[in-house]
Amino acid sequence: MLETALKGSRTYWIWILFLLTIIGIGLIFYIKQFIVGLGITGMSRDVSWGFYISQFTFLVGIAASGVMVVLPYYLHNYKAFGRITILGEFLAIAAVLMCMLFIFVDLGQPLRVLNVILHPTPNSVMFYDMIVLSGYLFLNALVGWTALSSERKGVPPPKWLKIFVIISIVWAPSIHTVTAFLYQGLPGKHFWMTAIMAARFLASAFSSGPALLIILALIIRKFTKFDPGKEAIQALGKIVTYFMITNVFFLGLEFFTAFYSAIPAHTHPFVYLYAGLEGYNKLVPLMWLSNILAIISLVLLVIPQLRRNEMLLAIASVCVFFSLWIDKGFGLIVGGFVPNSFEKITEYWPTIPEVLIALGVWSIGFLVLTILYKIAVSVREEVGSIDIHH
Amino acid sequence: MSIRRRDFLKIAGVSAIAGIGGVSALSLLKIKGSEASSYIEDPKTLKGKRWAIAIDIQKFQTPEDYARVINACHSIHNVPDIGNPKEEIKWIWTESYEHSFPSQDYGNPYIQDHLKKKPFLVLCNHCDNPPCVRVCPTKATFKRKSDGIVMMDMHRCIGCRFCMAGCPYGARSFNWRDPRPYIKKINPEFPARMKGVVEKCTFCYQRIAVGLQPACVEASKGAMIFGDLADPNSEIRRVLSSRYTIRRKPELGTNPSIFYIIGG
Ligand code: SF4
Ligand code: SF4
Ligand code: SF4
Repeated sequence: MLETALKGSRTYWIWILFLLTIIGIGLIFYIKQFIVGLGITGMSRDVSWGFYISQFTFLVGIAASGVMVVLPYYLHNYKAFGRITILGEFLAIAAVLMCMLFIFVDLGQPLRVLNVILHPTPNSVMFYDMIVLSGYLFLNALVGWTALSSERKGVPPPKWLKIFVIISIVWAPSIHTVTAFLYQGLPGKHFWMTAIMAARFLASAFSSGPALLIILALIIRKFTKFDPGKEAIQALGKIVTYFMITNVFFLGLEFFTAFYSAIPAHTHPFVYLYAGLEGYNKLVPLMWLSNILAIISLVLLVIPQLRRNEMLLAIASVCVFFSLWIDKGFGLIVGGFVPNSFEKITEYWPTIPEVLIALGVWSIGFLVLTILYKIAVSVREEVGSIDIHH
Repeated sequence: MSIRRRDFLKIAGVSAIAGIGGVSALSLLKIKGSEASSYIEDPKTLKGKRWAIAIDIQKFQTPEDYARVINACHSIHNVPDIGNPKEEIKWIWTESYEHSFPSQDYGNPYIQDHLKKKPFLVLCNHCDNPPCVRVCPTKATFKRKSDGIVMMDMHRCIGCRFCMAGCPYGARSFNWRDPRPYIKKINPEFPARMKGVVEKCTFCYQRIAVGLQPACVEASKGAMIFGDLADPNSEIRRVLSSRYTIRRKPELGTNPSIFYIIGG
């Protein structure tokens, strides 16, 4: 099927070339980082994780969200999702790849990465994260590819696939739960030490992921002959709505616990992020942008008449995506380190090389995603079917 | 290979020449073609089940008292002076009472002046229940079973910095770039680190192995007391049972091995 990725329109190739350029730039800066060290980033002794790890965290959510289309289709036989399950699975593949790359570019000694496997350490959550992420990558690649191949041949997918589908459904929440455990079990990191962290991660994942899928589905419809279907997009809209509400609710719970208890160590990170602490306020505008985007998206999503308008749904999806990207792909990690273990403040802001490396990784993800989607769409165009049954 | 090096690291007697995961020591092993365990422990090696330090804060009076202790550690351990707080590397340094013990008495303006103004020496606590060891995905940070020292294997560390997030005491530093150009005078007896690895106080395991007290303790001229918590007759146990001491963030359950003597 791979050959279908090699035949494309002008726009397709321009897009591929564009991504390759960004990847090239990112690679150049990564080489610089490799030679000089992580000193070229904005991270510091006090804020020792930054942009890379935040992107990783956010993307684990995007990866996990694939289950939101797979589950209704396979377990509830929700036919409208039949056409987009493959989009969810392929998105998960690209997202997990990006996660792994973000961990990799964050390592101080990347050539020793195999030490994690050579010296397996079951008391480290990182050990489990490695297992669940690679497992999830494998499951989605297997299920997505097999289902698409059968579809091309015009036969139903093999029976054994169902077992892997079910495993992948159970597996999806695990990747984000384990990722939350990386943070929520650390003594002395008050911002992260909250039992609701994993739940919050899942809520934000299941809203930002489907929001991205809506955007992708609309793009695919615009540029190809393949239509993911109005009903599917609307159903995704409902999923985004419910989980975005849950996400904002969970954030509210965090605020209540911190501010009603009024324990300084618990309130400080929130004050730092949303109002600034002791004159330090670099993240405040971003965090408020996140809040405003969340409010706009909720208005557009909660009112059914607005949500049914595809244009407005697209705007709402973009708002959800960026709101949660700021919240999780930036604030959540930095907030854990401010104030530091001495209740002192060191601020963090990514450097240009750091952002370019991150953009490079995103572009690799989008390149993989584009190729996978191109294959999926070509198969659909080839088969020309309207109703696809896995 | 590295397993052998680790066993080897645990053998106190050779650690003196080995340094941190020492390359030279490893090649030494190969030359002699023998297993690490066949080395005989230095008879002078200090014996203890759980090393600890008690810092008598009253005995630190002048800035010189602190500087002497800090320099003793940083000079022999090739700790670089990067000159940029963002990339700072430090094994032992000072913080105020409020910042060293934020949970003790947060924002109490009425505490005794001598506490409020006093700098406190802070270093790795060699926790009995160390979160840094718990989170490390490669066992590059590990607790030595024989005496409880929380050790670093700089040759295994992948630089993920999970341990820095896990340590609630800010005891760990990362090499954001090659530290060598920033070391004033390299001590050839102790390995310098490379970029991309985490480091911290190692409780002078290389000195203990040859019968010496930690460098900071030695330089403190009696203001720091080093000893074995497991030995009821040790000096440190006598001090702890007779004077009022506190530890940093005891509520986290890490069980630090560094004590601060506050009262008489
Ligand atoms: S003080 Fe920090 S680095 Fe030292 S043992 Fe405790 S947790 Fe680990
Ligand atoms: S930075 Fe090194 S010592 Fe720290 S957790 Fe990672 S591998 Fe372990
Ligand atoms: S025990 Fe040794 S390594 Fe640790 S601070 Fe003292 S001198 Fe430095």
